[in-house]
Amino acid sequence: MVTDHGYKCRITNIVPLSEHEKLFQLRIVDPHERALFTFRPGQFLMLDVPGYGEAPISISSATSNREFIELCIRKAGHVTSALFEAKQGAFIAVRGPFGTSFPMEAMQDSDVLLIAGGLGIAPLRAPLFWINDHRDHYRNVSFLYGAKEPSQMLFTYQFEEWKTVSHIDLHTIVEKPSDEWTGRTGMITSLFDDITIDPKNTWAIVCGPPVMFKFVCTHLDKLGIPMNRMFVSLERRMHCGMGKCCRCMVGSTFTCLDGPVFDYWSVMNLKEAI
Amino acid sequence: MIYKVISKPEFRAFVDALVRANTSYGPRQVDTDHNGEPIYQFMPVASADEIAFDYTVTTSSAKHLLMPFREELSKFSFKDKNWDQEVEYDAPPIVLFGLRPCDINAINILDEVMLKGPYPSPYYLARRKNTFIIGMDHLPLPDCFCRSMNKHTTDHGFNVFASDIGENYFLSINSSKAFNFLKEFETSDPTYEDDCKLIERRKLIKQSFKTNVEVTGLPMFLDLEFDSPIWEKWGDKCLNCGTCAMVCPTCYCYNMEEHLATDLESSSREKRLYSCNLIDFAEVTGGHNFRPKNGDRLKYRYYHHYRGFAVNDNQQICVGCNRCGRACLAGINPKDVINDLRLEKESCVTCVLPSPEKS
Ligand SMILES: Cc1cc2nc3c(=O)[nH]c(=O)nc-3n(C[C@H](O)[C@H](O)[C@H](O)COP(=O)(O)OP(=O)(O)OC[C@H]3O[C@@H](n4cnc5c(N)ncnc54)[C@H](O)[C@@H]3O)c2cc1C
Ligand code: SF4
Ligand code: SF4
Ligand code: FES
Repeated sequence: MVTDHGYKCRITNIVPLSEHEKLFQLRIVDPHERALFTFRPGQFLMLDVPGYGEAPISISSATSNREFIELCIRKAGHVTSALFEAKQGAFIAVRGPFGTSFPMEAMQDSDVLLIAGGLGIAPLRAPLFWINDHRDHYRNVSFLYGAKEPSQMLFTYQFEEWKTVSHIDLHTIVEKPSDEWTGRTGMITSLFDDITIDPKNTWAIVCGPPVMFKFVCTHLDKLGIPMNRMFVSLERRMHCGMGKCCRCMVGSTFTCLDGPVFDYWSVMNLKEAI
Repeated sequence: MIYKVISKPEFRAFVDALVRANTSYGPRQVDTDHNGEPIYQFMPVASADEIAFDYTVTTSSAKHLLMPFREELSKFSFKDKNWDQEVEYDAPPIVLFGLRPCDINAINILDEVMLKGPYPSPYYLARRKNTFIIGMDHLPLPDCFCRSMNKHTTDHGFNVFASDIGENYFLSINSSKAFNFLKEFETSDPTYEDDCKLIERRKLIKQSFKTNVEVTGLPMFLDLEFDSPIWEKWGDKCLNCGTCAMVCPTCYCYNMEEHLATDLESSSREKRLYSCNLIDFAEVTGGHNFRPKNGDRLKYRYYHHYRGFAVNDNQQICVGCNRCGRACLAGINPKDVINDLRLEKESCVTCVLPSPEKS
């Protein structure tokens, strides 16, 4: 889609996830447009709240789900706060999908390591669902998920399903435990002690705050996973999603066109990237 | 391309007819500066008499006639808890008169940016294809460095280009529209002598450049000098005003703004030209700024102009007009910054041992 016309969507469901995050389920109103809409794990949309503006948001649902689009959104500023006021049934729009995606096919027949920090789980759900849809094609799949506090851990209601139905080896950790928390405490990198990795045969996807990339990717590098088999999703200010406004540029790279998914080798070679 | 020669009065008549019949913009003197020198701008013109045919350079470029500082991209109207979006790409035809080669080259660069790649801009396309451009050559100001950027001549991006060869203009005609329109005026085929005069004129222009900026290998220098103290030095001077980007013919970065009408029944979505020197350019939600210091932002502008684009499109995006340098209140200009950067790197050569003598 090259124009400024978004797909008009209806908010069909809103799931509160934590104090600041909600999952919005959207359905493209026009059946023809809905039938045409496809995306790849890792891509993002420009979410459009008419009267307020646009913001880039990763698609958080399964590529196989052709009925709904799910966006996991943190109330952060102008547009997202307006969206948080919206009720079920309200009309908004999305433009896209934009950007690069995780190379899910290339990862076939290998182990996959998914590592998310905080809201970084939002873009990770699409590859997770993809793996679930094609489980036979992947070997051991581990998911390491860290949050600041237990109350900030998102999608806990899906953990059991991921573990039992998708056979995903899930490990969680928090920095500040609550009284009820019985799991691991510390930084996400401590979770590496809990898993064994076959570096020659592993691909990694890492999503989270920029500080996390450095620690996690350096660690994965030490473990012997090649940098071109680690993927990160970069965050930048975006106003167009189409390589025109230049807000997302890092050096000569457009995060919206050349990213947001980059392999770590490319990021290492980009000044100002993280 | 078809070449013709036209007398100066006849060319003026041609321009007059064109601007009388169309919405037109051309160079006009709008004021004088503190030294008494004229200040020119591209302004609406209704007859040839209003045009400063012998102008030097306009303070601001012609960019904003193709890419307005403020542009409505779409409109929403709200009703019964629903909304409609209206997007309009139409643009009325306009004539741009008197563009210099570097300005035309700048438009060619904007064409690359706006019309190529996976998402061509329909807004820009609508304006661009409805714009009739008449170019004219000129002698450079002492601080122009278009020659260093190899942007002091152009062979495309205009409908007609007029080179001053004394009594006459040598016309390069680059569109059927221009050719048809010129049929109504008296022109002749260039003689051998006219060709010679054109070559002489080109030579004169080429030799008149007083400012040279060495840009060979600059993309790599910029990479090597990423952490150079030079950025802090120039950054400390920068006022983060964004004037350089506003007057620049190739700066195109933008911001988006949404305006809700007071009756709450409609809103308009506007694009506004922005500058990477403005403080919040790379600031993301939550307050993290990827380019927090003045020097980071100034460096980025140089990166985009002299490196980023070179890597992406095999050319540098600056055309060497030095509008940014003239307009900057802090006295920052590309020549000084680039020279500083090169000196910093090239001075290292002095501490390298001489190559070993052949025995
Ligand atoms: C590729 C990508 C995927 C993202 N995925 C998600 C997600 O799944 N869930 C989520 O909650 N957040 C996500 N974000 C962050 C989200 O885009 C910002 O929180 C959002 O722009 C805030 O918009 P706002 O208008 O509420 O904030 P304001 O601070 O009021 O922002 C104003 C405008 O600035 C721009 N902008 C500001 N901050 C950012 C930023 N961090 N990144 C990009 N543009 C910005 C936007 O165009 C926005 O409209 C993603 C960002 C990127 C780049
Ligand atoms: S370089 Fe000069 S014109 Fe540009 S932002 Fe800085 S002070 Fe303003
Ligand atoms: S950067 Fe300065 S010299 Fe280069 S094109 Fe822009 S205004 Fe002209
Ligand atoms: S978001 Fe506009 S260039 Fe990337």
